[in-house]
Amino acid sequence: MTAHSTNTAKPATGIPALLKSAFVNALIALVLFSLMIGIRTEAGSDGQLTYWTRFGELASLVAAVFGGSIVIDLLRQWIGPTGTEKLIPPAVQTGMSFVGRYLAPALLIFTLLVPVIFYDQRYILDLAILVLTYVMLGWGLNVVVGLAGLLDLGYVAFYAVGAYSYALLATNFGWSFWVCLPLAGILAAFWGVLLGFPVLRLRGDYLAIVTLAFGEIIRLVIINWQELTGGPNGVSSIPRPSFFGIPLDNSDNGLAAKLGIEYSPTHRIVFLFYLILALALLTNWVTIRLRRLPIGRAWEALREDEVACRALGINTTTTKLTAFATGAMFGGFAGAFFATRQGFISPESFTFQESALVLAIVVLGGMGSQLGVALAALSMIGGFELFRSLETYRMLVFGMAMVLIMIWRPRGLIGHRAPTVYLTKAQAISSDLVKEGHG
Amino acid sequence: MSGDTILSVDRLTMRFGGIVAVQDMSLAAERKKITALIGPNGAGKTTVFNCITGFYKPSGGTIRLTHDGGRVIALERLNDFRIAKQAKVARTFQNIRLFPGMTALENLMVAQHNALMRASGFTFLGLVGAPVYRDAEKHAIGLATDWLKRINLLDRADDAAGNLAYGDQRRLEIARAMCTEPALLCLDEPAAGLNARESAALSELLLSIRNDGTSILLIEHDMSVVMEISDHIVVMDHGVKIAEGSPREVRDDPKVIAAYLGTDEDEAVAVMESGS
Amino acid sequence: MDYFAQQLINGLVLGSIYGLIAIGYTMVYGIVGMINFAHGDIFMIGGFIALITFLILVSLGLTAIPVILLIVLLVSMAITALYGWTIERVAYRPLRHSFRLAPMLSAIGMSFVLTNYSQVAQGARVKPIPPLVTGGYTLHESADGFVIRLSNVQILVVITTIVLLAIFTWLVSRTRLGRDMRACEQDQTMAALLGVDVDRTISMTFVIGAALAAVAGLMYLLYYGLVDFFMGFVAGIKAFTAAVLGGIGSLPGAMLGGLAIGLIETFWSAYFSVEYKDVAAFSILIVVLIFMPTGLLGRPEVEKV
Repeated sequence: MTAHSTNTAKPATGIPALLKSAFVNALIALVLFSLMIGIRTEAGSDGQLTYWTRFGELASLVAAVFGGSIVIDLLRQWIGPTGTEKLIPPAVQTGMSFVGRYLAPALLIFTLLVPVIFYDQRYILDLAILVLTYVMLGWGLNVVVGLAGLLDLGYVAFYAVGAYSYALLATNFGWSFWVCLPLAGILAAFWGVLLGFPVLRLRGDYLAIVTLAFGEIIRLVIINWQELTGGPNGVSSIPRPSFFGIPLDNSDNGLAAKLGIEYSPTHRIVFLFYLILALALLTNWVTIRLRRLPIGRAWEALREDEVACRALGINTTTTKLTAFATGAMFGGFAGAFFATRQGFISPESFTFQESALVLAIVVLGGMGSQLGVALAALSMIGGFELFRSLETYRMLVFGMAMVLIMIWRPRGLIGHRAPTVYLTKAQAISSDLVKEGHG
Repeated sequence: MSGDTILSVDRLTMRFGGIVAVQDMSLAAERKKITALIGPNGAGKTTVFNCITGFYKPSGGTIRLTHDGGRVIALERLNDFRIAKQAKVARTFQNIRLFPGMTALENLMVAQHNALMRASGFTFLGLVGAPVYRDAEKHAIGLATDWLKRINLLDRADDAAGNLAYGDQRRLEIARAMCTEPALLCLDEPAAGLNARESAALSELLLSIRNDGTSILLIEHDMSVVMEISDHIVVMDHGVKIAEGSPREVRDDPKVIAAYLGTDEDEAVAVMESGS
Repeated sequence: MDYFAQQLINGLVLGSIYGLIAIGYTMVYGIVGMINFAHGDIFMIGGFIALITFLILVSLGLTAIPVILLIVLLVSMAITALYGWTIERVAYRPLRHSFRLAPMLSAIGMSFVLTNYSQVAQGARVKPIPPLVTGGYTLHESADGFVIRLSNVQILVVITTIVLLAIFTWLVSRTRLGRDMRACEQDQTMAALLGVDVDRTISMTFVIGAALAAVAGLMYLLYYGLVDFFMGFVAGIKAFTAAVLGGIGSLPGAMLGGLAIGLIETFWSAYFSVEYKDVAAFSILIVVLIFMPTGLLGRPEVEKV
């Protein structure tokens, strides 16, 4: 059902039809881009608006649409109307399930070794830390969206609460990271409950828009409450984490001096890497355990059918709240880590785009699948990084990727569900059966 | 009505805007008996059901549930999940509402949510793997296995509920409701869409549930099932009760026959007879 | 009192703009059941196209303001409508029978595409234009010198809104297209069985919604004298708030909600704090959804069991 409907236009058969549809598409593109691309406006120094033409760019774009249209039509005729999933031969499928079984442990071992392999490559270590942060955020949001089926578009708010909790507690009271970390999680969970309590009765899209509004409110309050948060300037010189009380610096009582080794700034990076890895694995471990407990089963049951849950005596409000609070708590932990890693935070880091990115990771991963989320975070953040040099085009490409991924695989990379308990044999459940929640 | 009454509905009224779906409806269900609620389509049976099971808040009237120990619960004052949790009233749905993406076993485990939640120390004991919880979980799996055996689905325990055949889904939904260990089981058209053999198996299952001591309230169109297993039948039409009594009394009641198929009495008689 | 009256005028004008955008949200939600996240950006695109058309017309030597306005209106409506059509075709139609989350994420992606497309195409800086419609009326001057003014731009915004709403209401209630739209809203399968071209009707919904958003974009440009690539996001959320406040799916509700949001925002800025005006608007969204999930004019939903 999903893959069949991807054909937007009826695939053109024969060369003339092919050309005709390409011509129509090019014509549409010409109208769409005529003013936006063909004309460039700019405010001059005197505030007067000027414009100049860019017909060259316009022509090449229209030509690209013409060519692209032909290529896509040809590809469609090649692949045929059947979905890609059905084309995979059984032999490849068993191979894939074999890979699937060993992929997670292999990935984990590789991840543990990253600082050893790439010790000298600061850039890769930084990128790995970034990816792991998003893996953690993805896993946290997965509890809310993937398991409980609650659409949360304001997840970044809890990330922000965690980050600012640590930043403000550490800079104002000098509390250590290890004291603030649980506090940041608790505060984020508290905000999760505070928001969740009134709004969790709402269905699907309403819940989405309310959480989005909440995320924006948090950001706007951070921007405007200058006395507390420093407003748009943010909070700077946030203390770096210590190795359980021993600072990771070049001082006499630093870790390097105590161990009698030569100090290197990479120590801290490696420490941060293992810190976020530990936090992410904690998130993963807790989530996997929760899934097998009554609360986790209730989350999934809620996603499947809320009415049936109520008929079975399950308190849907508290069940939703616990999912919301658990997700928020992990977001809060990740936020505290973000603050201590960056040493500086500002409202700019907590925009709607972040929420959308994390949600895209969860959905691309295949809602509910821990491995899928990790792979999605890796490919999204990695892919994002590839376009770093293209600065302004980055979000454009990201947006296009979101649209294309949804059309290509609306159920994500790993769509099937693993049962939480079994009598004889755990069988994967096909994604066609698994509901995605309505709340 | 005399005897040991588990559920008594008194002058229940339910209005939707200006439409009166149920008017001054009274009925009683006896303990450890099967009470059937029948009537033509649109008579308001499911509305009564939804009031009893807390999905609608009645516009008027009272619904009393008397537990074994004599504890009386006013159902119209409880809402939502509390009816199932505190009053121990379980229900099934006209259009099956299983958790299709979860296995048959998981469905039955979810039904034991409240007991397991307590055993898991509201998750905290369970998270650290306390033995108390492990024992409780083993017990829960045991109960689920027993029910799977009873409904003949043990070999499908690890299959997704959505993959089961229609008749199996019906039975699984009843087993799921029974896993909440209810005092009163409310079934909304459990035989709908079943073939004759499946209907017979269903009748047997319901009778065995009753004999084990659970009271049953049943909405059903399949007269063969109703007439065979019911101890008491209540007939509704246009939102009001028009007759009640034993299967034999109801079958011979001209008011029931008239209500069932309008004026065409021959056909109505044929329907009623088919159940004998 | 005078200050209040002035704020009332300002709020109504702002509310008209929100209302025009809100109609697009409410129509699409009513017919396809999705929040068209990209709609706020369609409004922004409409503003840009209006700006560029205006620049071209002026440089061609056209001076008659009414003629310029009319051409700008028509051009921006037409091209923006094509944007709406294309987006539905490319990003939403393939996902129409897919999982609920898929079209929503596709819409969020589309919103990013549009925002950054206009940033790439037209630059990040704010684009101002000189006031096109000047002058106005002094309605009242109080003893302490406070003047209530009703500018010509404000009159123009309100009148254009009213006229378009009249045409639009006629379109929905009296034409074949309107009937098809209402049929699809009720039951798409049934409508298709009865010979309604569902694809075409949904396309037209997007086209009309985008055209109205383009009008809102032009009004915004005239009223505030500027556009920028990021203006669609906040305006979009507020217009969606308006649609929800009015009762999503209800067309008069969208307009009413728009006016309400415009007034609330203006009065909040006037009497409390400008910084927190967006917080106020979003808080209202949350409060309304909690206490009045069906909005002012929405139909209540009975849960089917």
